[in-house]
Amino acid sequence: MNEFVFFLNKGLTSGLIIGSIYALGAIGVTLIFGILRFAHFAHGDMMTLGAFVTLILTAVLAAMGIVLPLPLAFVAMFPAMIITAVLAIGLDRVFYKPLRQAGAKPVILVMASVGVTLMLQGLIRLFAGVRSRNMFVEAPKEIFQIPFPGASRKLVITEPQVLLILFTIIAVIALHWFLTRSRLGKAMRAVSDNPDLAKITGINTNHVVWATWIIGGSLACAAGTLLSMDVTLKPDLSFNILLPIFAATIVGGIGQPYGAIAGGFLVGFCESLAVFNWAILLRPFKDDLWFEIPRNMALVPTEYKLMVPFLILIIVLIYRPTGIFKGRVL
Amino acid sequence: MSLLDITDLEAGYGQMSILKGVNMSLEAGEIGVIVGPNGAGKSTTLKAIFGMLNITGGAIRFDGNDITGMRSEKLAEHRIAFVPQENNVFASLSVHENLEMGAYVRRDDFSDVLDHVYEIFPPLKEKRDQPAGELSGGQRQMVAFGRALMIEPKLILLDEPTAGLSPMFMSQIFDRVIAINKTGVTVAMVEQNAKQALAIAHKGFVLAGGQNSYTDSGQNLLNNPEVARSFLGG
Repeated sequence: MNEFVFFLNKGLTSGLIIGSIYALGAIGVTLIFGILRFAHFAHGDMMTLGAFVTLILTAVLAAMGIVLPLPLAFVAMFPAMIITAVLAIGLDRVFYKPLRQAGAKPVILVMASVGVTLMLQGLIRLFAGVRSRNMFVEAPKEIFQIPFPGASRKLVITEPQVLLILFTIIAVIALHWFLTRSRLGKAMRAVSDNPDLAKITGINTNHVVWATWIIGGSLACAAGTLLSMDVTLKPDLSFNILLPIFAATIVGGIGQPYGAIAGGFLVGFCESLAVFNWAILLRPFKDDLWFEIPRNMALVPTEYKLMVPFLILIIVLIYRPTGIFKGRVL
Repeated sequence: MSLLDITDLEAGYGQMSILKGVNMSLEAGEIGVIVGPNGAGKSTTLKAIFGMLNITGGAIRFDGNDITGMRSEKLAEHRIAFVPQENNVFASLSVHENLEMGAYVRRDDFSDVLDHVYEIFPPLKEKRDQPAGELSGGQRQMVAFGRALMIEPKLILLDEPTAGLSPMFMSQIFDRVIAINKTGVTVAMVEQNAKQALAIAHKGFVLAGGQNSYTDSGQNLLNNPEVARSFLGG
């Protein structure tokens, strides 16, 4: 039974955690692609940026001596999401909108977003340095140990992980409600579906573009903050998860928000299950097995974890080129 | 004064000029049909009215306002609706959502218009929650018409509404056009099926090479032996 609890802790929980982060990031990437038709490579650094905004606000709250039942960083995340959304609209205004209005091809916008990535990375390093920081300014993070029936090992989950999972569930429900019930949300789907017809119909494209950056920017901030609360905040934190997020977006079907969620969790679970040492689960049955259990039976060594999203990507693109939820063909 | 007045319109895509002086005027409540050989600039004329390409000369006046080169988004507010020939529905949105999007520029209560559209297109009511992309060609055309009607347009522009439909659907579409026109909507329509279209037209415009070759009432154009020989296939 202990082995099973170990599996829940190391395999499933970590898949759920990283899957939630990927899903939050991939929603933004997929919406930006659906509405603005380009792959936004600066999305990872928008996450880092958002996390740093949260850190600054958290430090301010802590300096004011505020004590809350929730981690300060989690509370500070909500105003930080608004700030990041405004910053995202600002970035669009300065770097992407002029290109769009000049009728630039998508690939030029992609290159511009690579430029924004480098700029944001530079700015963050310039002002915050390169060291990693703890998001828990006021107190160490709380760790819940839940006893599991029939096992001496306990289920372990930390407070930020619980908050992350709850936040992701609420964000997904809110997004679904927004896209299917609200006038602006439906207009977003209409623009993503058929931009020319949307114009003919009189849909205000500017509002739709703002809504896209608000959702993309605020969720990027949340993903960056929650990820840094789970580990630590480093300037290159989100850049490293950018590629799995793009894999999740493509696997889910480009331009499909529900696909992005599914793709995020699929990639997250596959990653954590691929590096999980399956030998541990087999150990209780070692007397009944005809072979010697090797010490490590992970499908992929941990150092090669980044390979997993691409493997899934290749498989999906071979057998279902438009992604799980029929998205756009690149 | 006419509802729609186009004078010496010149327009094209980028450097290529396609319209070289098109003249067209429609009174309120009329059906105007644009016919002519392929490449004559029929659809281009509609697109030019709807601000979708570069206008290099001439003027378009609608209801007393100059709308030359006005952006498509603005024209819906002037209650001009456009039904393109292809990709004229939001395929992934439900039929109902398509109609709601048609009313996007309206901030008032449009439930009576919605009821009216469902009344003239009963199949749509039945399939209101189905994605528009899953409907048959004829039903998709109904969605496209319905979407355009949601702003209660004064003028509706139809780009080859019968293209790709079976003859049975074709006469249905013409009946619908007449029905829509009877409610007071001015119609400007481009058609390949010139004879049937001119038969229901108050005014006909025969374009060739980006210019008017004949402008007359629909009936007179049908009876004109020269038009019949060169454009209507004898």
